[in-house]
Amino acid sequence: MIYEGKQKIWSEYQKEIPDDHYFYVRSCIRQSFFPASEATFLDITRNVLGKDIFETEHHTTCGGIAYHSDTIPQETVMTIIARQFALMAKHGYENYVCSCITSFGLYCETMETWREYPELEAKIHENLWKSCKLEFAKPKFLVHASDLIYKYRNMIAAQAVRKLVNVHTGEPLKVVEHIGCHYSKMFPSKGVGGAEYPYVLVGMIEAWGGEIVDYPERRHCCGFGFRQYFIKGNRGYSLSNTHKKFESMEPFKPDLIITNCPGCPYFLDRWQYVIAESTGKTYGQDGHGIPALTYEEVAGLVMGYDPWDLGLQTHQVGVEPLLDKMGVEYDPAKKYLGKNGKDLGSPSPCACLK
Amino acid sequence: MVDFGFGLVPSSRMNLDLFDKDKYEKLAAIEPDVRICMACGSCTAVCTAGKYSQTSLREAIEDIKNAKPDKALEMLRCCQLCGKCSMVCPRGINTRNLILSITKVYSSK
Amino acid sequence: MKNNILIIGGGPAGLEASAQLQRMGYNVILIEKDSSLGGHLAKWDRLFPDGVPADEVLSGLIRSTEGVKLFTETEIRAINRLEKSYNVRLTNGITVLSDAVLIASGFDLFNAVKKEEYGYGIYDRVITNADLEAYFKTGSDKRIDHPKRIGFVHCVGSRDEKSGCRSCSKVCCATAVKQAIEVKEAFPDAEVFCFYMDLRLFGRHYEDLYLKAQKEYGIRFIRGRVAEVSENLDGTLIVKAEDTVASKPLKATLDLLVLMSGMRPSASGKAVGDLLEMTVEEDGYFAVRSGIAAGQRSLLPGLFLAGTATGPKTLPETLADARAAAVEIDRYLTEIFPDARNYKQLVRERW
Repeated sequence: MIYEGKQKIWSEYQKEIPDDHYFYVRSCIRQSFFPASEATFLDITRNVLGKDIFETEHHTTCGGIAYHSDTIPQETVMTIIARQFALMAKHGYENYVCSCITSFGLYCETMETWREYPELEAKIHENLWKSCKLEFAKPKFLVHASDLIYKYRNMIAAQAVRKLVNVHTGEPLKVVEHIGCHYSKMFPSKGVGGAEYPYVLVGMIEAWGGEIVDYPERRHCCGFGFRQYFIKGNRGYSLSNTHKKFESMEPFKPDLIITNCPGCPYFLDRWQYVIAESTGKTYGQDGHGIPALTYEEVAGLVMGYDPWDLGLQTHQVGVEPLLDKMGVEYDPAKKYLGKNGKDLGSPSPCACLK
Repeated sequence: MVDFGFGLVPSSRMNLDLFDKDKYEKLAAIEPDVRICMACGSCTAVCTAGKYSQTSLREAIEDIKNAKPDKALEMLRCCQLCGKCSMVCPRGINTRNLILSITKVYSSK
Repeated sequence: MKNNILIIGGGPAGLEASAQLQRMGYNVILIEKDSSLGGHLAKWDRLFPDGVPADEVLSGLIRSTEGVKLFTETEIRAINRLEKSYNVRLTNGITVLSDAVLIASGFDLFNAVKKEEYGYGIYDRVITNADLEAYFKTGSDKRIDHPKRIGFVHCVGSRDEKSGCRSCSKVCCATAVKQAIEVKEAFPDAEVFCFYMDLRLFGRHYEDLYLKAQKEYGIRFIRGRVAEVSENLDGTLIVKAEDTVASKPLKATLDLLVLMSGMRPSASGKAVGDLLEMTVEEDGYFAVRSGIAAGQRSLLPGLFLAGTATGPKTLPETLADARAAAVEIDRYLTEIFPDARNYKQLVRERW
């Protein structure tokens, strides 16, 4: 692998990411899958780095899940999106940052569609006014939340209490990066580093002291695939795609997977459990899995957040081997206690996955 | 093991790494013409058996090269050895000989 | 009167046209931007279909240009059209008053880095057709270490609108078959695969070469474009393609992958074209007066084109094109220049 060759490609895919003043929209599913990730994003950007990140409880879903399941007309989705953008403008913002990759892809796709079909955009202006009495507006800059953490990666590194390094060996942790398909596959120029060799997560890992693993099925979809997962009869396809990735990354012995999409860390995490319990195969050391974390969770770990405050107990694959490698202190007794100290209940034990 | 009601599904992808070079060379030694097929499909177009059963010499040759010898044998199982394919092969392959040789080499385990 | 003719580009087309026009008695000035003559031919080892050493062909071409005024490491600084000639200032300080100008600016090889999914410049064992020729010439390339499985990817930067290259580059199919044979000769134990979309083996003896590659060298031809390449832990490559004959996706682990980079309009030719405000077509190559009847005349009077400046050509086609350009230039000069008074009218009538 020739690193300079990648650097050359990265230099060709740089996008403008404003430094401050953003309107933030959440993801539908991340709040239940990884409940602390978005809170951590807001805490790091607002309270640690002092940035102006605004959010309002009035924003809704972008409609992406319905759109990708083919259950909603495109005009309706566009009107939902126009409403989100109008809320941004109403609150005096022109930079839009979203937590979800499906949303990010859909926003990019919608803005491109409006650019190519102005008559459709005009129709959405009308729909928006009729349905919500809001004035149409478009963001000046549209970024994904991982773009912003990428932008702040060195500031985060400067305030980090630990690195992505194995404290027992001194070696950098081997990190697999996984980018959501809709981050840049549809519009390579909209992603940091393009689509074949995205740099957005690589940049974070490099800044925080880890070592990137580039394995053959790196570009392959996590296996979510929307309708492949939604319908139980198709779920084997979802599982098999995830399996393909793990079989490919296994020889590289990764310590950690970092992701920037709502679905990917979920499927890369939960399907390890299903593969283990239905076939007996595990991919981490000694019967463990490979932890699949969000970039906010990884940022939180290097900045010294308590792993249980980061919500790492909501992952199916145990994160303890990773915490031990990084030298993170944690109280095993508090793993399944809620914020208020109340017992959340612990999952029943797995037969194969440690 | 837990039954989740779904599981891993087989991949349709062919893996050329599984190609049995030794066996193929054994075939090519007695039937060098296996190398010169250019997949034009003339043999399959006129095949007497092929219209009513899964028979295709073109596909059988392809299957061998794609590491699927069992499928190749299946493709030739209903061949009647009528010889029509040898009349139309633009590369002049002795197709009847080739069919018999494939069966001979790949049937032996 | 001995007319001056300026020829831009010292590759096969420029050399052949120089030689022909010199023999006709013209005063030929040949300029070449590099320090040596031959263009891409100078970097090639052997030529399809019969494996003639490129050196031999090139030295024959150079020998026949004796008497031509040659300036290497020279480009055009400025060029102005006068009433009946071109006033050309060269970068070596010389000014030439030329009655006809022939652009033989050739092609650039497609920059394979642009096909990001193939990982040229990123994966250690992905090389190009030009790299392989250099290896055949010099016998050394640290990326080529007794490969056991070798793949060739046809149409890299050809027939690929996404990369901005719609046209077929004409020479790559035959080159791939030739190189596949040569690599098999160098590594007899190796398995060799050619991934193609169509095999365009149109020229005389090209089909023989293809048959030889199958029959005598056992080269496997797979119809399907390589879609993605990645690298294993041990540095070997995984390629993904569809075998479109079998209608199934496939993967193969390879030790070496050779990308058949196609032809692109030359950047230095474009620079000359910009000075003259010459018309280029959608494909980026120079427009000609008439593709069928006057393929060597540009849209500007007295300005001629030869070789791959007007689109991909094989070497024999390039040489034939250069000879045709020489005849066209001769006809132009003999018709127009004896009667300089009526020059403008003649040009109007005859160009």
